[in-house]
Amino acid sequence: MPADPWLIYRWMLASRLFEQEVARLWHAGLVSGEMHLGTGEEGIDAGVVTHLGEGDAMALDHRGTPPLLMRGANPVSLLREILGREDGLCRGRGGHMHLFIPELLSASSGIVGASGPMAAGFALASQQLRPGRVAVAFFGEAAMNEGALLESLNLAVAWRLPVLFVCKDNGWSITTHSPSMTGGALLARARAFGMPAADVDGTDALAVSAMTEALLPHLRQGNGPAFLLARCVHLDGHFLGDALLEAVRRPLQVLAPMAIPLARSALSRHGARFRDRSHAVTDLLTRAGRASSAARSLPDPLDRTRRALLGDPDRLRMLEATVAAEVRAVVDVALEETP
Amino acid sequence: MSSVGFAEAIDDAIAERMAVDPAILVFGEDVQLLRRNLYARFGAERVRNAPISEAAFLGAAVGAAMAGLRPVVEIMMADFLTVAVDALVNHAAKLADFSGGSWGAPMVVRVACGGGYGDGGQHEQSLWGWLAHIPGMAVVVPSNPVDAAGLMRTALAHDGPVVFLEHKLLADNWLEALGRGGRSGLEFDVPPAGARAAHPLPANRVAFGRASVVRSGGSLTLVSLGVGVHQALEAAEALAEDGISAGVIDLRSVSPLDRGCLVEQVGQTGRVVVVDEDYLRFGLSGEIAACLLEAGLRPRFARVATEGTIPFARHLERSALPNPDRVMRACRQVLSS
Ligand SMILES: Cc1ncc(C[n+]2csc(CCOP(=O)(O)OP(=O)(O)O)c2C)c(N)n1
Ligand SMILES: [Mg+2]
Repeated sequence: MPADPWLIYRWMLASRLFEQEVARLWHAGLVSGEMHLGTGEEGIDAGVVTHLGEGDAMALDHRGTPPLLMRGANPVSLLREILGREDGLCRGRGGHMHLFIPELLSASSGIVGASGPMAAGFALASQQLRPGRVAVAFFGEAAMNEGALLESLNLAVAWRLPVLFVCKDNGWSITTHSPSMTGGALLARARAFGMPAADVDGTDALAVSAMTEALLPHLRQGNGPAFLLARCVHLDGHFLGDALLEAVRRPLQVLAPMAIPLARSALSRHGARFRDRSHAVTDLLTRAGRASSAARSLPDPLDRTRRALLGDPDRLRMLEATVAAEVRAVVDVALEETP
Repeated sequence: MSSVGFAEAIDDAIAERMAVDPAILVFGEDVQLLRRNLYARFGAERVRNAPISEAAFLGAAVGAAMAGLRPVVEIMMADFLTVAVDALVNHAAKLADFSGGSWGAPMVVRVACGGGYGDGGQHEQSLWGWLAHIPGMAVVVPSNPVDAAGLMRTALAHDGPVVFLEHKLLADNWLEALGRGGRSGLEFDVPPAGARAAHPLPANRVAFGRASVVRSGGSLTLVSLGVGVHQALEAAEALAEDGISAGVIDLRSVSPLDRGCLVEQVGQTGRVVVVDEDYLRFGLSGEIAACLLEAGLRPRFARVATEGTIPFARHLERSALPNPDRVMRACRQVLSS
């Protein structure tokens, strides 16, 4: 069944507003540690999750919040978990990188690549216990260089496991441009394992949904895994406070303190040839710019999905007001003290 | 007076050696940005970004070390060593023994470790006891910039594999990226004497297996490493106000362990408290107890360590990790007789 664009937009908007609240709370110092948001990848998450149902499993990476919200996780307990409260989803033990919902067969991990083997295991259990149900592995393009993930691609083919491998390709791994560290093309890589693979513009949620719909019967009929490569941007960078993004937004504050030690190092006696040093310094100075222009090269998936709905402005306005009110209410309730 | 930060002291020690030893290469994820001062000076051939393929590049470091290089491999966090540990456990650490001493793998694995900034149990482990369990590799854990630089100099002259662990509360770049993220007003228990030292640092090496008695005391010996040393010192000062004289040993290296120093100090006090941020069971604290028993001592013994998975929530994390209150309680326990 083709996805309902209204539902998809509702999910994406709810997730975006929720994560914007997470960002606000993080900036206010109410959330500790790192914070990886899924802002910008909602089109991929929504397009895939809309085809999941009872008994389907999800193995998530460090950006697990959007797919969980879309899958129906309780947003109040999710937010409380992120806030580290003992009345949170995992009693404050996990935090945003370690979210677990047994009823939804959904588990996340902060270890890059771990979602591959985890999804293979979920799929093995489907094969034995719940034929027709599938497991989705969400991961970034840089995780495609992690051995465990590559091994799980092969394992899934060898055992005909119903895994949908969803590779969210934002082109970056923290400060490293992924193509510079990746041999060959990811789609060809997946196909080389002997599974069907497709790529899609991940900023187009409806296209992701259509592609997912086309791939899933292969899995549900017991023919083994499939691979979906979807491009996206992470609008808030790798994590909140991302140095590259900050360097673009506040170049003086970020780059100035680095300049003197950098210049001193580049000019020290005994080192590489001048050409190599100047290449390194130029690379450092331009890396932030390259990251940000990559980010600007793709549309915001939310705007894009919204555009398909402009034909009914009243319904759209109402939906947006409702979702905004719902998210506000979630935050208010989540922040309440409980006895 | 100018000062040097913990990570900077390590970087400088590496730069010092890289300038004279072309066999030294630095590689790991994001190192060109993370170690940008090394990158700017030594270029992309010797400071290499790596794909997120720890098993491959740590394994490659072993081969490279066997074939004439001296790699400094960065694994972002001790927690991520788990995906690549075969390279260390079955290869780097075995080589000298398997080859009858004819071949070695001189390499340094530089790893951030430790908690105290609310990042959860997959990002805050210490794991030095788990690593030191394996014969054939050195495991060092400095508690301040001077020792960090001195241990790195030794590591870069060592003929086998060295795991060099730097605590994230001491290395300001890690704490900034992972804990603070540009936010102001957040508080972390950063020990000032651990995070920065007066410039210029002494240029000496710190030998492996040489603990340092950072405070002497006659009635109780606190044994620790990394950030725990500063908690132990704090406890010793508090005890001094009550007229109790407590000494503090900074182990600096877990493997080899300075058994002689432990036996000598505890032999004088008869009471020992181990402060170990790694897990409680089957680890360093038990090893210390065993080594004292083997030496014929029967001291009063208590230990403060991490008892289970480190929780994400700051208040739960605080009580799961060693903290000054827990250290004081353990001290009172061994003093109470
Ligand atoms: C095994 C392991 N190595 C390194 C890391 C540190 N790390 C966390 S996210 C990340 C980059 C991941 O890039 P990608 O897979 O493309 O996902 P993205 O963050 O871009 O969504 C790295 C290196 C980790 N968490 N686990
Ligand atoms: Mg990426």
